Amino acid sequence: MLHIVNKSPFEKTTLASCLAHAGPGAAVLLIEDAVYGATTLNAAEGALKGALGRVAVYALGPDLEARGMKERVIEGVKVVDYAGFVDLVAEHKTSQSWL
Amino acid sequence: MTEAAMDLEAEAAGVVKKFMYVNRKAPYGTIYALEGLEVVLISAAFDQDVSLAFLDDGVYQLVKGQQTKGIEVKNFSPTYRALEGYDIEKLYVERESLEARGLTADQLLVPVEVMGRDELVRRMEEQDVVIAF
Amino acid sequence: MVNEGPYNHQASDSAYQFVQAALAKGHRIYRVFFYNDGVHNATRLTEPPQDDRHVVNRWSKLAEAHGLDLVVCVAAGLRRGLVEDNLAPGFRISGLGQLVEAGIQADRLVVFGD
Repeated sequence: MLHIVNKSPFEKTTLASCLAHAGPGAAVLLIEDAVYGATTLNAAEGALKGALGRVAVYALGPDLEARGMKERVIEGVKVVDYAGFVDLVAEHKTSQSWL
Repeated sequence: MTEAAMDLEAEAAGVVKKFMYVNRKAPYGTIYALEGLEVVLISAAFDQDVSLAFLDDGVYQLVKGQQTKGIEVKNFSPTYRALEGYDIEKLYVERESLEARGLTADQLLVPVEVMGRDELVRRMEEQDVVIAF
Repeated sequence: MVNEGPYNHQASDSAYQFVQAALAKGHRIYRVFFYNDGVHNATRLTEPPQDDRHVVNRWSKLAEAHGLDLVVCVAAGLRRGLVEDNLAPGFRISGLGQLVEAGIQADRLVVFGD
């Protein structure tokens, strides 16, 4: 299952809730303001790092670039473009947006 | 229409997919709970396998005793009681979300199936379509 | 499914980029359904500053180029003053059943919202 998150972890609890509900083997894609959750040197990175072994985490490159966060991506997070977003949706039977 | 196309249409007409509507937001502060419920009611006409999940602040949608006169907004909470009449009977509520908010099943306005997070996740992963508000 | 209006939220932009990328890869987009404040993506009255993207026109042009079915929920539209009179080209107004039907017919459904 593909989980899509679009909120900053500093503003909403959606990323935490998503990670608590993402089963083993699930994929989590961070888009829009959620890409801040994929970056290092901040108070929120621990939660995501803790989940990296259990779920595959992706972040949308254009959203990282737009926010000046491209160079701060946590190691192990895969950066994808919109075509990669489409592939993730195609590869998983269902997607759930954590709005 | 070709014979092949007619076959396809006939096949689609008989398709039953598992639809889950995931409710994670409280009522009234935003419109998502109400308009989400409107989708659920329409979906009843399509003979699909429909379930509703309530987690995070979505559990607040089901709290008994909602009185909206003071805010002059329509109280749509009685609609959850009408779902049974639409043959929508799979209402799943996450135990962890209830407990975190100091709520119990007897404080909810409809009978629901309270289940732990792992069980809810298992059911989410069985779905063909997940629409979350 | 697009559930937020243009400009206030990135949801419509993300959906647009996603649809473009899916079309470029040869996928078929069965339908784009606009719900909640997402119905505002279909008003032909928007006039953004010249140096910004025109969210509404962009959807209209994509629909024209690829024959996309852009459907605005009638109930959500009426609630917000989006009717045939101010509907942008390429969009049509129809019922919520169109969303459920798309969920049945399409292989995948992605929700873009707040």
